[in-house]
Amino acid sequence: MITNNSKPLLEVQGLHASVNGVAILKGIDLTINYGEIHAIMGINGSGKSTLAKILAGHSAYQVTAGNVIFDGKDLLALAPEERARSGVFLAFQYPIEIPGVANNQFLRLAYNTVQTQRGKDELDPLEFDDYVREKMKLLEMNPDFLDRSVNEGFSGGEKKRNEILQMALLEPRLNILDETDSGLDIDALRIVANGVNQLTNKDNATILVTHYQRLLNYIVPDYVHVMNSGRIIKTGGKELALELETRGYDWIGAEENIPEGAAL
Amino acid sequence: MSEVASNHYLEGLLKTYSQHSSDVTPWLSQMRNEAVDRVGELKIPTKRDEEWRFTDISSLTDIPFQTAQTIPQLQPADIKHHYIQEAATRLVFVDGHYASALSTINNDSGIIAGNLSMLLPSYSAKIAPHLGQHVSYGDNIFAALNTAFLHDGVVIIVPQNISVSSPIQLLFIATQKEVTSHPRCLIIAEPGSNVTVVEDYIAGQEVAYVTNAVTEISVADNAHVNHIRLQRDSNQAFHIANCTATLAHASNFQSINVALGARISRLNLNVQLASEGAECAVNGLALIKKRQLADTHTFIDHIKPHGTSRQLHKCIVDGAAHAVFNGKIMVQPNAQQTDSSQTSRNLLLTGQAQVNTKPQLEIFADDVKCAHGATVGQLDPEEIFYLKSRGLSEQAARNLLTYAFGAEIIERIPVISLKNQLEQAVLEYTQSTES
Repeated sequence: MITNNSKPLLEVQGLHASVNGVAILKGIDLTINYGEIHAIMGINGSGKSTLAKILAGHSAYQVTAGNVIFDGKDLLALAPEERARSGVFLAFQYPIEIPGVANNQFLRLAYNTVQTQRGKDELDPLEFDDYVREKMKLLEMNPDFLDRSVNEGFSGGEKKRNEILQMALLEPRLNILDETDSGLDIDALRIVANGVNQLTNKDNATILVTHYQRLLNYIVPDYVHVMNSGRIIKTGGKELALELETRGYDWIGAEENIPEGAAL
Repeated sequence: MSEVASNHYLEGLLKTYSQHSSDVTPWLSQMRNEAVDRVGELKIPTKRDEEWRFTDISSLTDIPFQTAQTIPQLQPADIKHHYIQEAATRLVFVDGHYASALSTINNDSGIIAGNLSMLLPSYSAKIAPHLGQHVSYGDNIFAALNTAFLHDGVVIIVPQNISVSSPIQLLFIATQKEVTSHPRCLIIAEPGSNVTVVEDYIAGQEVAYVTNAVTEISVADNAHVNHIRLQRDSNQAFHIANCTATLAHASNFQSINVALGARISRLNLNVQLASEGAECAVNGLALIKKRQLADTHTFIDHIKPHGTSRQLHKCIVDGAAHAVFNGKIMVQPNAQQTDSSQTSRNLLLTGQAQVNTKPQLEIFADDVKCAHGATVGQLDPEEIFYLKSRGLSEQAARNLLTYAFGAEIIERIPVISLKNQLEQAVLEYTQSTES
């Protein structure tokens, strides 16, 4: 939702990043205001998932130039856990399985860690149980998932729902959904999208990293950005996603006249 | 260690050996005498012995560990915190001696439980076919020593078709320094019976002592035995254990072995699938730090067809500790249709931590399904990042993952209070890691 009086939540300025000396991001500029939903699309290897991971603080990537300002603060100076506590949330493309840790134990630990940071009271196991069950209804999740090990033996769709459940619990200000639609059948996609729609509001903003337009039928973006070779090469409204769906990605490079292998 | 030192040590030990005429049964005294002879001929192993190549126990002979001469009078209040609340029957041994005042025997379920010297006069015919028959002492110095000193011990007989709903706790408490005890357990599960036994080794104080235990388990046709072995000896202690379970037709043996304590510990666990359709699950967890060494040698022997074995052994090694796992699975020539899997997973928390793991599969039958594998590694950075991205600190993330690694074994313990207690122990361990 675009509102006239909204202020920037995230400002990415000239961001360059590399992994093992190989440049992946080659100058990203992106401003996201409170209340907005931005879709970032692009072919595999365009750098869109890398951007998501860098915003969350993954240590495998080195930022070589540029700034990221989150709510007026230097995001890149914060450790991943500090980013999480100040309201950045990454829904993983491949959520990690943790055998031996019950999901409810993990969810409560994460919830209480973030709550404490915000100066709020922790919930004891019983209080948390009530709270989490309420949130699970949002995602039509069976309460059995609380007693199982974190993501262990979950189907693709169950893992993604568990990610959005964490988003619901932690109430972040910046939601980054990395290929949340991948591996979902149409019913699961609808449920996950419903959950996300109920969680987006004027006090947060959302980045949807996705390969396909399909997700955007359910979560309607305010802006669509197309990434290629580590840069945003086109930005438009939601209709851009539909155009990509029919025409593919090739025409943009030609239209923008980006030379092959352009270096910065 | 020189042979001279070894023999001197053994002679020293045998000096404390004496005939207890009061409890002598001819077959038992003959067995003891044979064991004494074997002690005279065998030597304490060194790293030159293949079975001991990673475990140097030469320091065992530095101190002439004698059997306890006097036994402290412990009060229930002293040891109550070690009680497993679900247990209706609890047998307590202090420094190797049976403490009847601390023990509770509940025969309501129909089981026969007690100490060997008390039960031997009435149950000699049931005991004789098993005692000393499962763990052989002919070529095993520690089993021979235990048998030479075999005057008392635990006897549990679960009669045919009896199911015991509450677990039986066997509590061995070491209270004195420079003392050797020789705990001995015999568990006889008769056909169709079902029982859970927790064998629990506890330190009364943080001193150096030796525990040299032998446990024999007979699982008869269609019987089911849960055996939980918990070694939480003093961090200065030596703990040597030999345990053998013999499985009859369509029987089921579930074994969980947890090693938390001891300076040097060694468990030899043998499971003999001696008849058709036997099933076993062998789970192990060693959780060690500083300069501890925990060595687990298992041998699962598929002797007859249609046997199933599942093994998961895990080691979490912190500080400069050293874990050893040697897991041998044998499938004998006529053990067709054997289904066996073995996994050894090891987590090293520091650069000095060390593990030697050796899964061994020896298959002599052609129609079998066998899988085995071993991993040695550190915590996965992707898993740590996942937890940090949910607000957990680096340390909290590492602790949780370490805990989870161990909890996978602990979760399999079918006794709730013990499971909770051990989860707490793993949690405390992870919070004190040096990494």
